[in-house]
Amino acid sequence: MDLENQKRVLDLSEKYGKENVVVVLGTAEAESAGLTAETVTAGDPTYAGPLAGVSLGLSVYHIFELKDEVDAQVYDDQCGMMEMVLDIDAINKEVGSMRQQFSKF
Amino acid sequence: MSLPVVKAASYILVHTPDMILHYGTTCSTEHDANPNSELLKKAPEHFRSFEEVVKYAPNQAYIGNILPDEMLNLPKPWYGNLMQDATAEGKMGQIVSQEEFILNIKISDAFDLVMLEKSFLEEHKARIVDNKLYSEKELAKLKEGFDLSDIEKKVQEGAEPLHSNHKLVGCVKAAHEKDKNLTSHIMVENLVVKASGIIALKNLIHKNNIPAESIEYVIECSEEACGDMNQRGGGNFAKSICEIAGTVSATGSDLRGFCAAPTHALINAAALVKSGVYKSVAIVAGGATAKLGMNARDHVNKGLPILEDCLGGFAVLVTENDGISPVLRTDVVGRHTVGTGSSPQAVMESLITKPLDAAGLKITDIDKYSVEMQNPEITEPAGAGDVPLANFKMIAALGAKRGDIEKTAMNSFIAKHGMPGFAPTQGHIPSGVPFVGAAREMMIDGKIERAMIVGKGSLFLGRMTNQFDGVSIVMEKNNGSTEQAQAVSKDEIKGMVADAMKEFATFLLSGK
Repeated sequence: MDLENQKRVLDLSEKYGKENVVVVLGTAEAESAGLTAETVTAGDPTYAGPLAGVSLGLSVYHIFELKDEVDAQVYDDQCGMMEMVLDIDAINKEVGSMRQQFSKF
Repeated sequence: MSLPVVKAASYILVHTPDMILHYGTTCSTEHDANPNSELLKKAPEHFRSFEEVVKYAPNQAYIGNILPDEMLNLPKPWYGNLMQDATAEGKMGQIVSQEEFILNIKISDAFDLVMLEKSFLEEHKARIVDNKLYSEKELAKLKEGFDLSDIEKKVQEGAEPLHSNHKLVGCVKAAHEKDKNLTSHIMVENLVVKASGIIALKNLIHKNNIPAESIEYVIECSEEACGDMNQRGGGNFAKSICEIAGTVSATGSDLRGFCAAPTHALINAAALVKSGVYKSVAIVAGGATAKLGMNARDHVNKGLPILEDCLGGFAVLVTENDGISPVLRTDVVGRHTVGTGSSPQAVMESLITKPLDAAGLKITDIDKYSVEMQNPEITEPAGAGDVPLANFKMIAALGAKRGDIEKTAMNSFIAKHGMPGFAPTQGHIPSGVPFVGAAREMMIDGKIERAMIVGKGSLFLGRMTNQFDGVSIVMEKNNGSTEQAQAVSKDEIKGMVADAMKEFATFLLSGK
């Protein structure tokens, strides 16, 4: 997760409260989705960014996990094609695992 | 009017392992933050030799010695299964050693900013004096070398070092005492992109017997910015490259658009030739030091060689129709507009299906799609996946969504219309253009009819807009007629007849 986005997430969670922030990912790979989910929950595993050693424990989902929460037409326009392309099960499993382990909200 | 053609293409790589540590952003920022880090200690153990770089299959594909699809027959990982009979000379370019390149940096130096150590200069100059790529005028620019102690002193005063095999062999001084845009670091970046651009343009000329003076315009499309504190990015890399490459009849300008810039430049070149403004336009770009070893941390952690150890460069020549070279279909151009939106689907529709629909072509009418052609061995260990494969999957999914192909045929579509990634991750280099040369060869050999060159760019990096960007153009086999023209539709004919009738009526009414 790039350093600037880490800072944004940190700033937003400080401004609005960790319990009021949900991080929605659009990452295309299971491994990077998992790393991003880990960063906003347990902290930056690479110890390179503002979230190094900061366990925000935020609520985090991949957009694929939120399909039923989104207007069907909007979802199809925005995610329909990528749903056919990416390994959804692997992505959802990875993000879900991080959420279960480290999310506090 | 006749369509422009891709007359020639060249592709070059420059092996620069020492620059990974000093100028690649991953290692240099690590050095600033944590000079004793494990990464910096371990990195040199993961450098490849020049020979290993030459024998690496993706590099052989890039310089044109094998077609990208031939990589599918080679065992993986490619870095562990080297091509033993490979050479640094390519059909379309070459792989240049770090030592030869450092001399090229000096040849590119118009303001005496580069100092090279005497014995290094003499040893490596002797190796290129008989090389036809270097004119006497260029060799004279190498001048006399300097004592190492003088170079060490300049480095202590703030000049940027040039290393070969971890030894100091030269330096680049700042071009101004106070100007932040002319610091020694920026001068290195700019001299490197200029020098590698020159090598690419010279390869284009020499390998294809193009008279240098026949080139009328050059568009430089890299990602660097030259200019002083009053005009950062003012340019003009293009003309500075022309000056050394000997294209004396050319002027030129720089075009920027992140990774999409080369395809923008290709379309611009095609338009300039088709309109008749210029008969012969070259697009050219050198490489970026900043991106050397960009994923070095992951490569080192996973025990791989640092695979981002080469600068990339390319040049493409667009000329009037010669009846042989593939044409650039200036009537089949895709563009991501401001109103397109940034969902992957909207992006792919604007670049792929919209222009095809307008020309009455199906997704399957394009034999090969050249997208973001990054070598997956570089990106996969860093968690960025196989970028070209992801693009081919998106094109296939779009085709399946539209009903152009069956969903079950997506994999066979990808195998037939895609190819493995083979380009270095040098920002602007991988996007679209790496396949132009191979496509030209395949079309002339009758292996394919059409290819789509797709350039995509992430503009957010400049922090001016969150807009995505991309353009595309179709290359097509030449039908042998120098008058190969775009089809005129019935509506256009009707319009032309109506205009003629109107003119005739006006003529009758005016009584003249």
